[in-house]
Amino acid sequence: MLILECPYCGVKAEETELAPGGEAHLKRFGPGSPDEDFEAYMFARKNPKGVHFERWRHAYGCGKWFLAARCTATLEVFGTYPAQTTEPPADIVAKIMAKRPDWKGYK
Amino acid sequence: MSTRLAKGGRLIDRAAPQDFTFNGKRLRGFKGDTLAAALLANDQMLVGRSFKYHRPRGIVASGAEEPNALVNMGEGGRFEPNQRTTTTELFDGLTCTSQNHFPSLEFDIGVLNNYAARFLPAGFYYKTFIHPRAAWKHVFEPIIRQSAGLGKVPKDRDADRYEQAYAFCDLLITGGGIAGLQAALTAGKAGKRVWLMEQTAHWGGRAPVDGVEIDGTPAEAWVKNAVQALEAMENVTMRLRCMAAGSYDHGYVLADEKVADHTPGDGRPRHRLWRIRAGQIIAATGAIERPLSFAGNDIPGVMLAAAMRDYLVNWAVAPGDRTVVVTNNDDAYRTAIALKEAGLEVPVILDARATVTGDLPAKARALGIRVEAGKAIAKVKGGKRVTSVAICAQAGQGAVLEEIACDAVAMSGGWSPVVHLWSHCGGKLNWDAAQAHFAPDPARPPLNHDGSALVVTAGAASGVLLAGDVLANATAAAGGDVAPVASGPVEAAMEPVWVMPQGATIDLRMKMWLDYQNDVKVSDVQLAAREGYSSVEHTKRYTTLGMATDQGKLSNINGLAVLADSLSSPIPQVGTTTFRPPYTPVTFGALAGEARGDIFQPLRQTPIHAWHEAHNAYFEPVGLWRRPYCYPRPGETHEQAVHREVVNTRTNVGLLDASTLGKIIVKGPDAGKFLDMLYTNVMSNLGIGKCRYGLMCSEQGFLSDDGVVARIDEDTWLCHTTSGGADRIHAWMEDWLQCEWWDWQVYTANVTEQFAQIAVVGPNARKVLEKLGGMDVSKEALPFMQWADGEMGGFRVRAYRISFSGELSYEIAVPASEGRAFWDALVTAGAEFGMMPYGTEGLHVLRAEKGFIMIGDETDGTVIPQDLNLGWAISKKKADYLGKRGQERPFLASPDRWKLVGLETLDGSVIPDGSIAPAPGTNANGQRNTQGRVTSTYYSPTLKRGIAMGLVKGGLSRVGETIEMTRLDGSTLQVKIVDPVFYDKEGEKQNV
Amino acid sequence: MKRYSVFAIAREALRYHQGWEKAWASPAPKSSYDVVIVGAGGHGLATAYYLGKNFGITNVAIIEKGWLGGGNTGRNTTIIRSNYLQDPSAAIYEKARSLYEDLSQDLNYNVMFSPRGLLMLAQTHHEVRGYLRTVHANNLQGVTTEWIGPEKVKELVPIMNIDGPRYPVLGALYQARGGTARHDAVAWGYARACSAMGMDIIQQCEVTGVRSANGVVTGVDTTKGYIGTKKLGIVVAGHSGQVADMAGFRLPVESLALQALVSEPIKPCMDVVVMANTVHGYMSQSDKGEMVIGGGTDGFNNFTQRGSFQHIEETLRALIETFPMISRLKMLRQWGGIVDMTGDRSPIISKTPLGNCFINCGWGTGGFKAIPGSGWAMAELVAKGEPGPLAEEFNMYRFREGRFIDESVAAGVAH
Repeated sequence: MLILECPYCGVKAEETELAPGGEAHLKRFGPGSPDEDFEAYMFARKNPKGVHFERWRHAYGCGKWFLAARCTATLEVFGTYPAQTTEPPADIVAKIMAKRPDWKGYK
Repeated sequence: MSTRLAKGGRLIDRAAPQDFTFNGKRLRGFKGDTLAAALLANDQMLVGRSFKYHRPRGIVASGAEEPNALVNMGEGGRFEPNQRTTTTELFDGLTCTSQNHFPSLEFDIGVLNNYAARFLPAGFYYKTFIHPRAAWKHVFEPIIRQSAGLGKVPKDRDADRYEQAYAFCDLLITGGGIAGLQAALTAGKAGKRVWLMEQTAHWGGRAPVDGVEIDGTPAEAWVKNAVQALEAMENVTMRLRCMAAGSYDHGYVLADEKVADHTPGDGRPRHRLWRIRAGQIIAATGAIERPLSFAGNDIPGVMLAAAMRDYLVNWAVAPGDRTVVVTNNDDAYRTAIALKEAGLEVPVILDARATVTGDLPAKARALGIRVEAGKAIAKVKGGKRVTSVAICAQAGQGAVLEEIACDAVAMSGGWSPVVHLWSHCGGKLNWDAAQAHFAPDPARPPLNHDGSALVVTAGAASGVLLAGDVLANATAAAGGDVAPVASGPVEAAMEPVWVMPQGATIDLRMKMWLDYQNDVKVSDVQLAAREGYSSVEHTKRYTTLGMATDQGKLSNINGLAVLADSLSSPIPQVGTTTFRPPYTPVTFGALAGEARGDIFQPLRQTPIHAWHEAHNAYFEPVGLWRRPYCYPRPGETHEQAVHREVVNTRTNVGLLDASTLGKIIVKGPDAGKFLDMLYTNVMSNLGIGKCRYGLMCSEQGFLSDDGVVARIDEDTWLCHTTSGGADRIHAWMEDWLQCEWWDWQVYTANVTEQFAQIAVVGPNARKVLEKLGGMDVSKEALPFMQWADGEMGGFRVRAYRISFSGELSYEIAVPASEGRAFWDALVTAGAEFGMMPYGTEGLHVLRAEKGFIMIGDETDGTVIPQDLNLGWAISKKKADYLGKRGQERPFLASPDRWKLVGLETLDGSVIPDGSIAPAPGTNANGQRNTQGRVTSTYYSPTLKRGIAMGLVKGGLSRVGETIEMTRLDGSTLQVKIVDPVFYDKEGEKQNV
Repeated sequence: MKRYSVFAIAREALRYHQGWEKAWASPAPKSSYDVVIVGAGGHGLATAYYLGKNFGITNVAIIEKGWLGGGNTGRNTTIIRSNYLQDPSAAIYEKARSLYEDLSQDLNYNVMFSPRGLLMLAQTHHEVRGYLRTVHANNLQGVTTEWIGPEKVKELVPIMNIDGPRYPVLGALYQARGGTARHDAVAWGYARACSAMGMDIIQQCEVTGVRSANGVVTGVDTTKGYIGTKKLGIVVAGHSGQVADMAGFRLPVESLALQALVSEPIKPCMDVVVMANTVHGYMSQSDKGEMVIGGGTDGFNNFTQRGSFQHIEETLRALIETFPMISRLKMLRQWGGIVDMTGDRSPIISKTPLGNCFINCGWGTGGFKAIPGSGWAMAELVAKGEPGPLAEEFNMYRFREGRFIDESVAAGVAH
């Protein structure tokens, strides 16, 4: 029963208020893109056992989508940040690095 | 025999006798008794039969760890199997019966299994019942099923109700013994919001029973003071009879409060399930005493030493007159001393340790009790009750030195911390060799959302067993530094004893029970190890050790030690099985809460719902809505009603509550651009005042929703979605706007429930509206596929000239609050024009007659618009829309895809729902090839014959061909491929 | 391998069961094998078994990070059925179901396959049409199913309330030869048979790397050292992505937690398996008497083997509505497993970008029922290097082409 803090409304939202949305920071490939790129955009997922960047919507709250850095093995949450972000913010990356020295980094 | 003593009993009220029955026998106990205590007070030691061998079973423990004493309790709507007598408070009028026997508890035919036990070792069923094949299902399994199971099957609907409640706190402390109380005092004084809960009906735990002194006063008095102090703190909430069932991630705890188990039928909810979000959890859950593994340790009369002390001190019940105590530690001497001081006989204390020192043994000796060091029980004798024990040397193989008559045995194999809440979310354990138990490793706690320790343990749950250490540990756990001082006797170290005697022969080991309920013995675990089931999980599953309703609270560590010994591995290397919620079983009703019957799920109602109910609507669920399927009149079947509604709509006028239709406002400078991405066709160039049908696809390219879009003003569109799709599509829009095109200036609002929408459909539709009066609804003023705001019969309306039936049709939206009144006005106005309401099934027939597709019928998540001949609604000019790239993939662009056609039988009959068109030959897996399937099939009351739509390979290029389609009985029928528009192909009727 | 029988038990009983041999050996790994299977769950063991039985390949190691059968094989709700809609699914699940019929005899190990019948309740008109479509499809696929009305449902399951106020039962898709089996026994039976063929089952051995040369697999690094192999089969539900990553490719798979629970045991009250997809619950009664209940899947990536309470709550609400008499039963234990979810929720049995490396994953919530068929198809793929008809459609390249095998079409959830 996760708790994630919504970066918009500041509410510490519990899982039942939230709708999960899968991996974050995917790049959309549209018409004319190579098959491999479109396939990767649609299906290939990092699915790490460890630090995961993912999308959530505060569905039964302010309605905003946001992103979270969360460990899929311990469920520890390293931080949440607005969806209008193309890659993980530096402060969250630094926090993860400090807590998980073995982490290979985002990419 | 077991009996009530004349004096004592700190928890009972002798002035309040309580009558109850066991197997029909009328018995009497006192207020404050547990059912187990009351049974023992009435000399009812035999209370059940074991799972596999149907051996006689007596009460072993005094709390939640009890594996044997489970009963069928109550009657009718309050009947409940597997009720644990040791945690059931006695009440006047309680009825219960023992379980798992036939014909009676005293004489159980199932005990034949016991005599055959030698042929029924662990896992025997994997090795036999193999031949002949059919015998397992038809012969062996039914026998096994009948002899397994425990309690009887409830028959009736539950007479009680359950409620759920939410709570939030900084600190949740589970366990109301001295550790929990001290932790609560510490945190409470520090100003934290504290919840403290205790699973029994009493605060204080074991300390008052054990005669501990705290800060110079008896534990009883200290507990009373502590409770008073806590009750005075506004930031502390306390709950008795409240069991923390499980800890879930990020501080979520479920706790089951037994509000009215002991006062059934008093009107209160039976249980209250607390859903608590705690900043941190302190598990002050104590420890559980372990049995010793000696032959005959399952015979009724053999009990845990501390449990026996509980019965004596708390309820003034003496389980036996002559009790032999057998132990590997000092704590059990407290039981011997208590028994002796109560005037009961303790013929001998058998201590497996070679040397016995310490204050408690000295006191026992001083009381004249014989203490035998280095001795063990070779065998307990007796059938349904202990009659004697045979004594041997612990170091030997079990040669009997002496036999001592007795009617009870008190055993203690040491104590194991209760680590469930610690472990549920992944807290790790360390093996403490000195105390022979697993205790929480504070360095590897379960993690909270921020990476901090989610759970800390306090007191015995941490692995500290002496009162002084318990209080110090609990104080520290709650962040305090000054702990009360507890004094007590000095205790010598315990010595692990896993098998008694150490070198016991196989015939003895086959009589040493580890899991009393599931009949798992030392020999079974050793057999599992011998056969290679060497992981602790394999052993558990192969032998069923620890899988009974006590979930191994007594058996797991003992079994694990035997396994480790068999494998010659250290115990920590073998590891434990996983601790899973709940700590003790929780009633399903409590977990489900109030949501039953009519309020099982939220019910969405349109403003007109009550009218439908009053007019005998037969409803069908559509998401959480319930929509009228049809409105049968007296004597009509549903089918007849649907046909009448359809015909009337085609010939006169029909009225449909379309309020459930999704309505989403999309507004902003970039709204047109956004809708062009969302829909397959162009919406940005839709004229103000106009309507356009549109399709939405998933990014995969599959058709996901459809509906009519209306351009409201320069930067506002209103998108209609399907009833089931409104929330999904709104979320979908927000997803793209927030996460992909966040620089586009677009706002969305789901206004589905803000408006009632009513379709007035049929040749007389305009007449009805004109009768109502108000805005001009003529063809000229409001042509097909346009909308207008206005006033109608005094209502503010927005009228859309759109049609899902092919008839002259208006869909009219009014504010939801006026929906019912407007409906009523239409009903009145329509009376003279033959107006009737129609339901969803009529709607389906009407649209199918016109060849209109329905999301969910013609689509199933694998269909693209091109399959449905909807290419006209896909823009060729647009560079991009959601789904366009997906549709470029080879399989979606293939010419072999099945495409929409009309289907009709040669004889006018209706094609069965779900029918499939076989093709010649079979595929590589031997399955019949196919070439199409029906997607919608109805009897058309308009055309008086069956009509259908379907997807067929080759699509409309095959119009005129006849193909075969399946019937459910395996036969086929001849079906002709036709155009999917069966009625008014030119569309003249809707455009008048 | 000494055969199991009632006579063997009687013989052993006379010597206090001291003479039973190990069900499977626990050898140290050899330096190389013809085939290494990663993952000694049901699917991995079945793959090895059919490699030996159907293709005579027995120089095989099955390596397992934990204990054999300890993943989803040992934590599912043991339902076996093949009433699938799409042809490829129906083919492989029916193959599995038919192999289950004789599995006890084949393995000389009682896996307790019990074709007690399985019902999928239809509680909306939409669901009625979906299940009718399935029956029509099954008839053409050689899968025996039928549509039954509410009265027959009530007759089969007297404890069911078919007249609930919200979702009355309108009928059911019934597969009379669907049922359950004892999940652990399936793994153990295959393990014993593999061991008897001379294969090495190596537990407590984690793969840490996959080695290759010229685009072809050469071996695996493990916590017990390097093991060379000519062919590699990856069959590690829940951790497929991790091992695929070592082999240098990415999968269309996400790992989610699926939950289940059991009640305390009671005397027999329900013979058939009941699935109610509209309200999201399914239930059967085990031979021990426990009501075995399947819950929902969390929507977020999760490797913890534990889930969130709201799914349990939702499932129990649904089941109390459907079976009012269970309200006073008690939840004894809840648990979770990690399931691989693919882009179309159907499995992958496929060649991979790495030569001689094959993968079997993505069984989602429905893997147990497929074990024998999955092993059969995977063995053929590994042995021949090319998929047979059972596996062909399940290749991992179907996503690129958009060639989905979508079972959600007929039923909301597929367990």
